[in-house]
Amino acid sequence: MKLHEYTITQLHELISKKEVSVPELTRHMLDRISRLDSKLGCYITVTEEQAMERAEKVQKMIDEGALNSPLAGIPMAIKDNICTKGIPTTCASKMLGNFVPPYDAHVVKKLYDNGAVVLGKLNMDEFAMGSSTESSYFKKTKNPWNTERVPGGSSGGSAAAVAAGEAIYALGSDTGGSIRQPASFCGCVGLKPTYGLVSRFGLVAYASSFDQIGPLAKTVADCALILNAIAGHDPMDLTSSRRQHPDYTKALINDIKGMKIGIPREFIADNVQKDVRDAVLNAAKVFSSLGAECEEISIPIMEYVVPTYYIIALAEASSNLARYDGVKFGYRTANPKDMLDFCMRSRSEGFGTEVKRRILLGTYVLSSGHYDAYYKKALKARALITREFNKVFEKYDVIIGPVAPTTAYRIGEKINDPVQMYMEDIFTVPVNVAGLPAISIPCGFDSSSLPIGLQIIANRFDEPTLIRAAYTFEQNTDFHKAKPSIMDE
Amino acid sequence: MEYEAVIGLEVHAELSTKSKLFCSCTTEFGGRPNTHCCPVCLGMPGTLPALNRKAIEYTIKAGLATNCTISRFTKQDRKNYFYPDLPKGYQISQYDLPLCKNGYVEIETENGKKKIRINRIHLEEDAGKLVHSEYGHNSYVDYNRTGVPLIEVVSEPDISSAAEAKAYLEKLKAILQFIGVSDCKMEEGSLRADVNISIRPKGSKELGERTEMKNLNSFRAIYRAIEAEVARQIEVVRSGGTIQRETRRWDDAKGKSYPMRSKEDAQDYRYFPEPDLPPLIIKEELIQRLKNELPELPDARKQRYMTEYGLPEYDAGVLTSSKELSDFFEEAAKASNNVKAISNWVMGDMLRILNERNLEVSQVPFPPAYLAKLVALLDKGVINGPTAKKVFEEMFDSGKDPEAIVKEQGLEVLNDESLLLQVVEKVIQENPNSVADYKKGKKKAIGFLVGQAMKATKGKANPQLLNELLVKKLEE
Repeated sequence: MKLHEYTITQLHELISKKEVSVPELTRHMLDRISRLDSKLGCYITVTEEQAMERAEKVQKMIDEGALNSPLAGIPMAIKDNICTKGIPTTCASKMLGNFVPPYDAHVVKKLYDNGAVVLGKLNMDEFAMGSSTESSYFKKTKNPWNTERVPGGSSGGSAAAVAAGEAIYALGSDTGGSIRQPASFCGCVGLKPTYGLVSRFGLVAYASSFDQIGPLAKTVADCALILNAIAGHDPMDLTSSRRQHPDYTKALINDIKGMKIGIPREFIADNVQKDVRDAVLNAAKVFSSLGAECEEISIPIMEYVVPTYYIIALAEASSNLARYDGVKFGYRTANPKDMLDFCMRSRSEGFGTEVKRRILLGTYVLSSGHYDAYYKKALKARALITREFNKVFEKYDVIIGPVAPTTAYRIGEKINDPVQMYMEDIFTVPVNVAGLPAISIPCGFDSSSLPIGLQIIANRFDEPTLIRAAYTFEQNTDFHKAKPSIMDE
Repeated sequence: MEYEAVIGLEVHAELSTKSKLFCSCTTEFGGRPNTHCCPVCLGMPGTLPALNRKAIEYTIKAGLATNCTISRFTKQDRKNYFYPDLPKGYQISQYDLPLCKNGYVEIETENGKKKIRINRIHLEEDAGKLVHSEYGHNSYVDYNRTGVPLIEVVSEPDISSAAEAKAYLEKLKAILQFIGVSDCKMEEGSLRADVNISIRPKGSKELGERTEMKNLNSFRAIYRAIEAEVARQIEVVRSGGTIQRETRRWDDAKGKSYPMRSKEDAQDYRYFPEPDLPPLIIKEELIQRLKNELPELPDARKQRYMTEYGLPEYDAGVLTSSKELSDFFEEAAKASNNVKAISNWVMGDMLRILNERNLEVSQVPFPPAYLAKLVALLDKGVINGPTAKKVFEEMFDSGKDPEAIVKEQGLEVLNDESLLLQVVEKVIQENPNSVADYKKGKKKAIGFLVGQAMKATKGKANPQLLNELLVKKLEE
């Protein structure tokens, strides 16, 4: 097995036993990136020099006994909407093409504290708006399983990098499924934590009340390790929870006897690709065989989830993206006529089509005369949706279902049908609307050998149950062991 | 037809917290452009607001001091608009759930006391400032002020004249200063006001269409702008026109206002709840604690000056019109046993000198106790009235103790009878004409002689004694 194929847990052991050094491991990863990334397009920025310097430093600290975190010396990469001091953070937009933050995001600081080695910044949909990574201003990322397919999005670079062994793990962000859906398309594990568990400070805002940073990795155990490092209260983010979080590795228990699992009828309806539905139903059988009680349930409010999500998310986005006016940072137009022209042209030239579409929609739903009909109604719907999910969790420990209605589709196949793409977020957005934690884990392959993801959803702050269910499934199946052939290159 | 004015004020006061509303940058006025800012107040990507609790407390205090109801549940909202001095493209403000509601402030008018109701007080962040180049056509932005906490105090349209508006503003300013939540310096922009003005036939209950006046940089400008706008509106209506809902800009130099934007251009601010800040629940204990922390308010202090010091209502009113002045007076009064004299000095010479020298009370270079010393020197007859006035001026120049000034310059009253007698004899000798006039019955001539004698003693003679001696000598 080559170094990039190992999990965090395995590499930690190799590093501890001095069977591999951090610089050696980092070099291996960087070489791999330089060899493969022109094919896959995972990275926007590769920080080769900084990574090697950092690797030497981390190795020294490990040798001195000053660092013993399981993440120490593990090479990883970060979605390009998470601020990294001194490293460009572009949000895959022309608008921020030249933006170098003078600060680290809270999660980045935490990872540095744990000895992480940052390989670079990963491609994504522009400002995290999209589900195929096709709206990136810089490049299209290819799915490692089939380079004619999209990797999903918006954290497409993160998922593809992990699946192709261009990073041992990655950080992504999930506003409406942006960690889980690419994890599902690329066959890795992606965890979207409870809203408020991980600080958003330094995450370039798309939709503030939904955005959440989370890990993408090869296994559930790796995700638990990363979550341990990045979770916790941050005084700089007033929406971050003050509660003490548990050690998530304690939830890595291969036992779900008696666990009550709900499978919403609405998640396995006709709009779901047949092999995806079959894989999910098969997963339910696996859970049942392991002693869980699986029951079909119904969440009728599901039909309102997508519009509710898009109205609120785009309203927030229209405001969050108002700061990009060319005055203080980012793209600035040349030779404007006057102040208004300056602002309008900077924005017209700096943003891509999908971002503009979402800003316009968000502006519309907040405008006087439309506010009550859209935004206010959506807030009420959000409260109802949250209540419906709360009710489910009174009876069930977790909900399972597909992550997306389909597996990875062809590049260019859906990009011109935004409404269709929005509708395909149906299974991921309820989690963000209700602020729940959820995970995507490999649960099968379709007829074209593309990975299928199983989504497990738990109650707020009940990551331990989520992790336990996912870990048990993983321990008792082999889906996560399959690798794309590019892993051997 | 007779018309009356209906006026409402929107007053913005910067809170005097040490740090900004959502970051730890200083709120200090001035400073080189863009030196009082950080990624948070510059709205850089990925940054989030962290709330300054002191600003919440100050706002609640302002509400308590103006008889408002404090909201137990409140939230912050985004007000969206594009302007280069607004880094995030939105201002964090409060829309439908302000911290304070339904209060009032009492003012004195020609017709007695009047309550001006306050609709709401809410907390928001200040914007930066555009600086236009004197050369070329470039503009620059200074973000030092960005994110400084601001309260907006919105009155009901209870004000019916420029004088009432001024009285309301003065009262509000005094209250905010007394409770220590704002220094209310109009010249530094820490107190700003927009005025809504309409007119209606006298006695009518209906409200006419209103205009909003902006760019009012002093109490005087507010006063003049109201007078001018009321006159303009009456003129428009009398000549058969109608008032348009619009925002107007006051040009103080020209004494005129100009239309800025009409109702049609009114911005849609697309307010919505700020998702980065959870709603706030204000606990009863906090409100109680802040209530207990409130110091004596201007009205209470004025009442006390009248009862405790026996000052006339007018004097007590002037002395409590600003916290700095009142504190100065009170400290001087505590060090003196002649409060009436202290009051006269403060209201008279001190305010005159401050005005002449364009100084604030805070810039008075000597402690209030020195004024008490000066009064004591005068009361004890160590110096005479004219000398006291000179010493007081001198105190403003050097900040020195009046006793030291008197000693150094030998300004004590001359009480030495034999010395004064010599002076008197000399003056009589040198001014035979005046002496003759006096003896002929022109008693007024004595004034000239006293003056001459005073001059000879460099103004230090005990005037009473001098007068006595002169009369005695002339009558001999």
